[in-house]
Amino acid sequence: MEHYNMNLTLKVWKQKNADTSGKFESYKVSNISSEMSFLEMFDVLNEQLVREGKEPVAFDHDCREGICGMCSMYINGRPHGPWQGTTTCQLHMRAFRDGDTIVVEPWRAKAFPVVKDLIVDRGAFDRIIQAGGYISVNTGNAQDGNNIPIPKDDADKSFAAAACIGCGACVAACKNSSALLFLSAKVSHLALLPQGDTERKQRALDMVAQMDKEGFGSCTNTGACEAVCPKEIEITNIARLNREYLSAGLATDSKSH
Amino acid sequence: MLDSKIPAGKLEEKWTDYKGHCKLVNPANKRKLEVIIVGTGLAGASAAAALGEQGYQVKAFCFQDSPRRAHSIAAQGGINAAKNYQNDGDSIFRLFYDTIKGGDYRSREANVHRLSEVSGNIIDQCVAQGVPFAREYGGLLNNRSFGGVQVKRTFYAAGQTGQQLLIGAYQALERQVALGNVKMYSRHEMQDIVVIDGKARGIITRNLITGQLERFFGHSVILATGGYGNVFYLSTNAMGSNVTAAWRAHKKGAHFANPCFTQIHPTCIPVSGDHQSKLTLMSESLRNDGRIWVPKKQNDTRKPNDIPEEERDYYLERRYPAFGNLVPRDVASRAAKERCDAGYGVGTTKQAVYLDFRYNLINKYGRAEANKHGIQNPDTETLVRLGKEVVKEEYGNLFDMYEKITGENPYEVPMRIYPAVHYTMGGLWVDYELMTSVTGLFCLGEANFSDHGANRLGASALMQGLADGYFVIPYTMGNYLAGEIGVKPIPTSDRAFVEVEAQVNDRINRLMTIQGTQTVESFHKRLGKIMWEKCGMARNEQGLKEAIQEIRDLRTDFWKNVRIPGGIHEMNPELDKASRVADFLELGELMCMDALDRKESCGGHFREESQTSEGEALRNDEGFMHVSAWKQTGENAWQLDKEPLEYEVIKPTQRNYK
Repeated sequence: MEHYNMNLTLKVWKQKNADTSGKFESYKVSNISSEMSFLEMFDVLNEQLVREGKEPVAFDHDCREGICGMCSMYINGRPHGPWQGTTTCQLHMRAFRDGDTIVVEPWRAKAFPVVKDLIVDRGAFDRIIQAGGYISVNTGNAQDGNNIPIPKDDADKSFAAAACIGCGACVAACKNSSALLFLSAKVSHLALLPQGDTERKQRALDMVAQMDKEGFGSCTNTGACEAVCPKEIEITNIARLNREYLSAGLATDSKSH
Repeated sequence: MLDSKIPAGKLEEKWTDYKGHCKLVNPANKRKLEVIIVGTGLAGASAAAALGEQGYQVKAFCFQDSPRRAHSIAAQGGINAAKNYQNDGDSIFRLFYDTIKGGDYRSREANVHRLSEVSGNIIDQCVAQGVPFAREYGGLLNNRSFGGVQVKRTFYAAGQTGQQLLIGAYQALERQVALGNVKMYSRHEMQDIVVIDGKARGIITRNLITGQLERFFGHSVILATGGYGNVFYLSTNAMGSNVTAAWRAHKKGAHFANPCFTQIHPTCIPVSGDHQSKLTLMSESLRNDGRIWVPKKQNDTRKPNDIPEEERDYYLERRYPAFGNLVPRDVASRAAKERCDAGYGVGTTKQAVYLDFRYNLINKYGRAEANKHGIQNPDTETLVRLGKEVVKEEYGNLFDMYEKITGENPYEVPMRIYPAVHYTMGGLWVDYELMTSVTGLFCLGEANFSDHGANRLGASALMQGLADGYFVIPYTMGNYLAGEIGVKPIPTSDRAFVEVEAQVNDRINRLMTIQGTQTVESFHKRLGKIMWEKCGMARNEQGLKEAIQEIRDLRTDFWKNVRIPGGIHEMNPELDKASRVADFLELGELMCMDALDRKESCGGHFREESQTSEGEALRNDEGFMHVSAWKQTGENAWQLDKEPLEYEVIKPTQRNYK
C-alpha cells in the first residue's frame, strides 16, 4: 500500500450544548498520514487544540473497530463518510487527498438532539427497544439450545439483521429522519426465529408506536438508509416489518393491551 | 485474612450444595432492596436483567451513551460451553481441566468448576433470548475450536459473538427497564464508593453531560466495569475502557489480586505508526484455519506468496506438534516475539508474522465444496473460489476489517499479525460469592480476578461474564441481602455521602487547576511505553525496578504539568480522560510491584529469570502457588496478602502443548 502525508482543512460543527446554537469552525491539520483512521486524524486535531489552549472538538467514539456503534460523524454530506459499509472509526485517511477540505457535522434529526459539537443523544433508540425489542424470557427458564432447531438460512438472515450496531446513520441519511431501518432490523432479527414468534405481532405494533412518539419521520422508500448503513442492513427488512405490522394490525387478538 | 468462602464437600457438589443452602429473600422483601450495578457489558447487563427479573430495584450505570456500547460488544470468536454436541469427548470436567491448565494452575478449582457447570445453561439462555448463533444445515448449533483445547466447544455468531451476546443481555436489560425494575443511567461515570459502617452503600457518579456529581444509594453495589488493559495505552480495548471504578474501590479497601497477570493476544494487526490510538484484534478463531509462519531466512524481503513452501517456518507447528497453531495465547505470543526478536519478522517494521489462510482455503474448504458439488479434479482457481465463499461466511467481517485498516486483501495475501495487550486476568479480589473484601461490594466479569488464573483461554471471557451475571450473582446476592432486609434506604443527604462527594469534588478541582503544558494523551502514551517495554510480554527484575521509578516520576510530572481544557460543570471528555489516566498512573506501579514480587513465570507473566532450557515458562509452585492480593495501606503503599491455592482434584504439572 502506498503511504502519503496530507494537509487538510476541516470545517467542523461546534455547539456548546443543546440549548445554544452552533456554527462551523475551520481548522487546519498537517502531516496527516494516509494510514491513520479518521478518528486518529481528529485525535491529532484535538491534541493541537489543547496545546494551543483551545477547546477540543467533542465526538463520540469507543471501540474504534466498527462494532460498538458509538462513532457518528456526518462527513462531506454522508453519514460515516465516503466508504461503503464502514463506520467513521474504520474510515481511513487514504480515502482523502492532500489539500482536501472535509466538512464534519453531527447526525441531524429531531429525535437525536445535539449534546455537544458532534455528539447527539440517541436515547430514543433505547426506548424503541424497551417498547418490545426483546423476547420475554426470564433467566433460568431455557430448554436445551438444540431443542429448537432453526433452518440455517433463517438463522443466517436473523443474524444479518441482528448485526445492526444502533449507530443511527440510517436516521441521519433519511430526508424524513425515519428510524425504520433500525426498527425493522430488530423486528426481523426476532421475527425470523421461532423463539420470537409468540410476541411478534405486539412487538411490531409497540415498537412502531414508540418510534412515532419519539418524533422520527415516516419512511418513503428512498433507500438512503440502506446505502449508508455501515453494517449493510438490507431494506428488505423494512418490507418484512411492513408485513408484520399489517398482519398485526389486522389481527384482533393482538390489541389486548 | 482473606476468606475465600469456598464451600466444603466434593468439588462437583459444592455449587449444588451452596444453592441448596444459601439464604433467600422473599419476593416482597426483594422489592424493598436496591442494588447498584456499574457497567453494562456482558456481566453487568446480565446481572441487571437477572436481578431485575427477580424483583430487586436495580440502578445500572454506564459511561457510554447506551448500555449496548459496552466493550463486550467487540468480542469476536465465540463462547465456550461443555455441551459435547460434537461427541468429541467434551464434558464439564474437561472444560474445568482445560481452564485450570490454560490458566497455568493459578486459579481456584471451585470457581472454575462452577463456571464449567453453568456454561451449558448460558448457551440455552442465549438461544432462548434469540441470539442467532451459527447453525449447521440440520438446524442445530455449530461449534468451532479455540486455543489450548482439543475439542470443539466454542459457540459463535460469525466474528461477532460478543455483539450478539451483548445485544441479548442488553435486550433483557431494556425489558426490565420497561417493566420498571431497572433504572438506567447512561453517560454516568462512577467516581467513588460510599462505605457506611463497613458496608458498601452507594456510589458517587459524574454526569458526563452536565458535569454534576450525583449520589446514589444501594443496599449493595456491583462493579462489572471490565479490565484495565488500557494502562498500556495501546491495547485492543475500547478507548473508554478504564480501571477507575475498580481502582476507587481498591482505595476504599478492596484487595486487588494478581494485577500483573495480563493477556497479550497473539493475533492483532501490528502497529503502523506513532499516530496509533488502539490495536485491533483478529480473532483467535482464525487460528482454526490460518497457519502462522515466518520465512526461514532472516530479513527475507520477498513478498509472502513468492516464498515457496519449503522456505517457510511454521514455527508453532514445529515447536508444538500436538496443539500446533492452537496453543494457548501466552505461548503463541511469546513464540511470535521470539521469532521477531531473532530477526525473522516480516513487514516494514519487522514486528509481525504471517497468518495465512491459503492452505485451508484450498485444501479444507475448497475441496469439501468441490466434493459437495461433484466437481472432479478441480484446478486451484476453482478451489480458491469455492473455499473463499466458506471462509467469507465464517470470518467475513474480520477479513473486511483487516482490509479497511491495512489496505491489503487477506484472501489473497497472508495477514500480518503481532501480539497486543488484550485482557487482564487480574482484578479485584473476590470470594466464592463474588464479593470483594469490602462487605456488600461485589465484582463480576473481567473486573474481578477469579477464574482465569495466569492466562485466559480463548472464548472464556464471554462465558465468565455471563456466568457471573446470569447464574452466580442471583444466588450469592440473595445470600447477602437476606441479612439486609431490615435496613431502610439511607438518604443520600447522609454525612457519608456528603463527605465522599466532597473528596471527589476536590480531586476534580485539583486536576482542573494544574493548567500545565502537556496533554493527557501524552502522559498516557508515556505510561503505556513504560508498561509495554518493562511489564509486557517479558519482564525482569531490573526492568521492573526501573519501571516503578519511572512511573512514580511520571505521576509527579502529571500532577504538575497536565493541561485540561474546558470547565467542570459541562461535558468535558478531556477531564474524563485525565481522571482515568491518573488512576492508571497508580495502577501501573502496583502491576510492576506484583510482577517483581512474583519470581516465577506462569501464563501471561513471563519472568526472563525463570524459564526452561527450551525457553518455556517455568513455574515455581513451592514459592508462588497463591493469589497475590494487594491491600492499599496509604498513598501508593501496599501490603501483600496471600491466598493459598489448593489443588484437590487436579495435579499441577508443567504445562505441555508439545
